[in-house]
Amino acid sequence: MAPRFNYLAYPYRRAADQDAAKPAHHAVVVAGGGLVGLAFAVDMAVRGHDVLVLDDGDSVSVGSRSICVAKRSLEIFDRLGIGQRCADKGVVWNTGKVLRGDRLVYAFDLLPEPGHRFPAFVNLQQYYVETFLIERFAELGRGELRWKNKVTGVASHDDHVALEIETPDGPYRVTCDWLIAADGVRSGVRRALDLPFAGESFHDHFLITDVVMHSDMPVERRFWFDPPFHGGKSALLHKQPDDIWRIDLQLGAQAEREAELKEEAIVPRLKAMLGEETQFTIDWSSLYTFQCRRLERFRHGRVLFVGDAAHTVSPFGARGGNGGIQDVDNLAWKLAAVLEGKAGGGLLDSYEAERIPAADENISNSTRATDFIAPKNAAMELFREAVLSLAEEHAFARGFVNSGRLSVAYQCVDSALASADEGVFAAGVAPGCPALDAPLADGWLMPNLGGEFVLLLAGIDPAPFADLPLRTLAVAQGDDRDGLIAARYDLATPGAYLFRPDQHVAARLRAPTPESVTAALQRAMGVA
Amino acid sequence: MTGTLDTSPRLKRPDDVYQALMDAQKTMTAPEADLFRARLILLLANQVGDDAVVLAAIEAARPDVS
Repeated sequence: MAPRFNYLAYPYRRAADQDAAKPAHHAVVVAGGGLVGLAFAVDMAVRGHDVLVLDDGDSVSVGSRSICVAKRSLEIFDRLGIGQRCADKGVVWNTGKVLRGDRLVYAFDLLPEPGHRFPAFVNLQQYYVETFLIERFAELGRGELRWKNKVTGVASHDDHVALEIETPDGPYRVTCDWLIAADGVRSGVRRALDLPFAGESFHDHFLITDVVMHSDMPVERRFWFDPPFHGGKSALLHKQPDDIWRIDLQLGAQAEREAELKEEAIVPRLKAMLGEETQFTIDWSSLYTFQCRRLERFRHGRVLFVGDAAHTVSPFGARGGNGGIQDVDNLAWKLAAVLEGKAGGGLLDSYEAERIPAADENISNSTRATDFIAPKNAAMELFREAVLSLAEEHAFARGFVNSGRLSVAYQCVDSALASADEGVFAAGVAPGCPALDAPLADGWLMPNLGGEFVLLLAGIDPAPFADLPLRTLAVAQGDDRDGLIAARYDLATPGAYLFRPDQHVAARLRAPTPESVTAALQRAMGVA
Repeated sequence: MTGTLDTSPRLKRPDDVYQALMDAQKTMTAPEADLFRARLILLLANQVGDDAVVLAAIEAARPDVS
């Protein structure tokens, strides 16, 4: 059996700031060193900026928590320098089964399209991803990560943010130009600023357990409605690395937290599911109720909210962690541009303009899935029964079965940063959408887009664009190994794509000139 | 997929269709009849095959609307 995860306690260290006569000043402080805060810190470090990360704990995520890492997150992680590590450690899965009672309703295959470097999903425990990010942050040698530092007070001013921080040695203060609130669903920053977190709570409790066991069961997502081993409720089984299996069991609205988390309550439930003979140990378990909520605004002056601090969803669809990673991807390059004086603070408004609709899409999808899994009223229950009873025999009804709509990259086609097409693109990737990967003769397209503005040119001389503040990427016919750039970008005829530093399309032009590309570039920098 | 809801008479034998609907439910318990009607709605919605028309029908079916 592979060695299981060894939690390290990261040491609290007294910082010089704690002995300073007046509060030390930092350009960027990140409140929260979880998945999203760490990803943000690494993104800024990759861009050459120091950030100070404050985390109230002293370890990575306890428990596997967010386990499904979507392709877009892997691509973002690759830009941060941990993509391949996540893909290598993670369990790739493409297939799933939906069952009702002991009968198969249908099986699905995500049928990953060939010609992408990363798979549609890997399962990887959150503690691994956070560990990789911590190691990457240290390797980049920019900024600082302070454990056992809890932000307890936030005062937002026109020209700075003042923070009070609690430590084992007592409190201290710092100031910063920008505060990134990545401190999770119970965000202390959000509370300190007294911002309402509007939305909906779901009443059903779910028992989430990581079980260590040897099993020859296939690597697939299995979801049961009303399984024989857990009548009337739902169950989920999914494989993680290190012989760990995620099991989610719906317990209903009446579950008693203390009682349900006792081993003598959990073990019989698991034995009913896995069989009396199956040997297993419990690695971690937790009892959840779910919420779908978001802040009205993600930007409050010099305070920017990312991840669960800004929006929270139920886990069906893997939209929490993956949504937060996309927040980071969207915000880091913009904040870097502001810090470098290349853009005005207005560019930061585009962060919420692009990510609030993304959050709403995630909230809508996960609310619908939660309502299907745990019907709230008689009509929901009736129609779910109708759907499930039709789905086995009739293909059309499978489209209504909702055990989670899996996270995909948000397409911000209405973004003010996106330019209208110049010339005709009948297909391809529309402005506002993230790039699609494709194989090159010597690698992949995504890493070649990297984290800066890139002008991709097919059949067009790059020389006239040499003086623009961007990198040109000329794709000759031989570079497009499988013809997939031509196919995916509608570039069989000459044309150009301008990509943003988060690998989203800013503009596409059939006959680009330095002037038209400059105009698109300025628009993408918030100078519309 | 942007048709409009056509509420003019479209069935050749409306009496026969209506009778079949009634006959189907005659011996059902109330929960069975509920399930039957829900399944029927889903089957018919798919048969319509036009999202806009189905959404218009959902609006038209509200008792307080007509």
